[in-house]
Amino acid sequence: MEFLQYLSPSTQFVLFSALKIFAVFGVVMTAVAYAVLVERKVSAWIQNRVGPNRTAPFFINYLPVIGPFLVRLGIFQPMADGLKFLLKEDFTPNYVRKVYFWIAPAITVIPALMTVAVIPFGSTLGTEKMVIADLNVGILYTFGIVSLGVYGIVLAGYGSNSKYPFLGSIRSSAQMISYEIPMGMSVIPIFLVAGSLNLGDIIRYQAEHGWMILKQPVAFVIFLIAAFAETNRLPFDLPESESELVGGYHTEYSSMKLALFFLGEYANMIASSAMMVTLFCGGWTLPFVTALSTPSSSILIGLLHIGVFFAKMALFMILFIWVRWMLPRFRYDQLMDIGWRRFIPAALINIVVTALVVAFLHD
Amino acid sequence: MSTKVVARAPLTFYERTYLPTILSGLKVTAKHFTDTVFRGKTVTMEYPEERWVVPEGYRGAPYLVKDQEGAIKCVSCQLCEFVCPPKAIRITPPGADGAPADRTNAEKMPKEFEINMLRCIFCGMCQEVCPEEAIFLQKDYSLTGESRAEMIFDKAKLLKLGGTHGGVQKWKHKLEGAKAQEVFPV
Amino acid sequence: MPQFTDILFFGLAGLVLLFGFLTVANPFSRNPVTSAMFLVLTIVSLAGLYVLLHAFFLAAVQVLVYAGAVMVLFLFVIMLLDLKEEEHRRLKSGILAVGSLAVVAFVGILLATLLKAKPAASAVAGRLVEGDTAKLGTLLFENWLLPFEILSVLLLVAMVGVILLTKKDLK
Repeated sequence: MEFLQYLSPSTQFVLFSALKIFAVFGVVMTAVAYAVLVERKVSAWIQNRVGPNRTAPFFINYLPVIGPFLVRLGIFQPMADGLKFLLKEDFTPNYVRKVYFWIAPAITVIPALMTVAVIPFGSTLGTEKMVIADLNVGILYTFGIVSLGVYGIVLAGYGSNSKYPFLGSIRSSAQMISYEIPMGMSVIPIFLVAGSLNLGDIIRYQAEHGWMILKQPVAFVIFLIAAFAETNRLPFDLPESESELVGGYHTEYSSMKLALFFLGEYANMIASSAMMVTLFCGGWTLPFVTALSTPSSSILIGLLHIGVFFAKMALFMILFIWVRWMLPRFRYDQLMDIGWRRFIPAALINIVVTALVVAFLHD
Repeated sequence: MSTKVVARAPLTFYERTYLPTILSGLKVTAKHFTDTVFRGKTVTMEYPEERWVVPEGYRGAPYLVKDQEGAIKCVSCQLCEFVCPPKAIRITPPGADGAPADRTNAEKMPKEFEINMLRCIFCGMCQEVCPEEAIFLQKDYSLTGESRAEMIFDKAKLLKLGGTHGGVQKWKHKLEGAKAQEVFPV
Repeated sequence: MPQFTDILFFGLAGLVLLFGFLTVANPFSRNPVTSAMFLVLTIVSLAGLYVLLHAFFLAAVQVLVYAGAVMVLFLFVIMLLDLKEEEHRRLKSGILAVGSLAVVAFVGILLATLLKAKPAASAVAGRLVEGDTAKLGTLLFENWLLPFEILSVLLLVAMVGVILLTKKDLK
């Protein structure tokens, strides 16, 4: 690590940022792959099935007890799935609008991956902050990028030039715009309480004063449910509801382009889980343990912080997945009714009440 | 008017929060989850390792059988070939100077007996029609092969798979009866 | 690294101009959806220019409100209405003349403002909108409270008007 001393600060910044970007990108991609596996396993278990338990690479025979156990858990399934998607025929139907058809999957994935940039996934490792971009308007950046994600789905529906995808994309754009409003409003009380838009500051505040989930339960519930709607997960997966719209916006897609839509969906889930951990559940801190709630220069503690963050995130991912197999799909009018007539008023009342309380306590 | 309009009971406030539905959903899924993960109760079967118990009277693949003395029962009457709806069976008779039957007193046995398992529909008509009880639908339900040719089972293979199925041995009794008749004093 | 930001500025400014041109006069396609998508790109590039000015808040809000919400609704309406005749419409000389006049007038106003503006004063304003949302809020709610409130009332009026217009029977 001696040679780092001789580099200029800006070179160091670029180097470390690039390192963090690669690391986070790799972790998110792996997490997406394994989220699919968890989805399959959890759904299997809830439906009294076994789930993927076959895929085994050749070297697994050399591991005596662990090997068969891992195979049974399906640990190697994501590799096979990924390879399958890569090797499948990339089919473009006739009469699609080619340009939109081709760029739509990319537009879905890029915003989903960009949201992760502002999330502080750990305290510090050595002297380096464990966040790619420590923005002062972090949350606004996230909402801005998330709001761009809808274009992927809209263009997929438009580009496919087909009925069901179009209906799916119309539904999704209405749904995502509707739920962005309560989602954005639900987090305002948090910033009123914490007094900053910076996500690092919010985690610091929670480490000192307790988690936001306890102080702002209404905001948490609204944010959680809006996150389900924003990521198009059941019970709000109307854009791709199989029973009505064949496959929704990705009906005409196949092979890697289809995989990109799934990648976008799961990356969005990961981003929202990370967001909920950061905003409501104290980020990388743990209560009652001083060593785990303050930044430390020790590499070990730094890694532990990252571990805590990922553990919390995994819990939220499992919640996302579990709910999919638990609740039936909402009707479209119910979805809109909940969004506009319940969550927006609730979020507004929450803002006013919080603002009043904060103002009184401030004086 | 045969339709009856049933007034739906208005939902209570608690029900309108969706909480009871969510909780009951959680209860059901949690129960199934624990059943599967901790008690190993699955409704599925891990097929190649675990096999299901084939019930009596199951109509699997038709095979030729031998009698208790190890003799081929089929007498090459070709009734099954005639009755077979998908024409999966092909029998080559021994001809005038073919090999005699295994069983004494039986006239003949097939020179070749082929069942194309890709054509067979497991209807069981061959078994139904056979006067010699020489062909039976047995319990094999998973027939695989790497080529079409491999899936045409010949006589040797059918006999090997069919095994033994004893019977009344009518030709033997007829022989004995004839013998008994021969010694009967006129 | 001043050179680097210069390159970024000229790059983004070029992109804004290019995408803006393609929005209104795309030589390859007269599809309204394509125009709307180029407008989105224009807005996003403009947000990039705000970032260069260190106005992160403005950039984020620009993307969030215009690219993320307003343009999606635009796209929504365009796709639902399926504007076929738009693709076949030819330019008329009268419209062209009025349009050019409007462009010349707008560019004139813009140039006049730019020439009148004092670089020092704009630098101060630039520092005030920089990043910190608290400062921006204080500025809005203390120095320019009245215009701010008038604008919100204007929005409310527009909203009520839209609801009134979309009602099927007015009684």
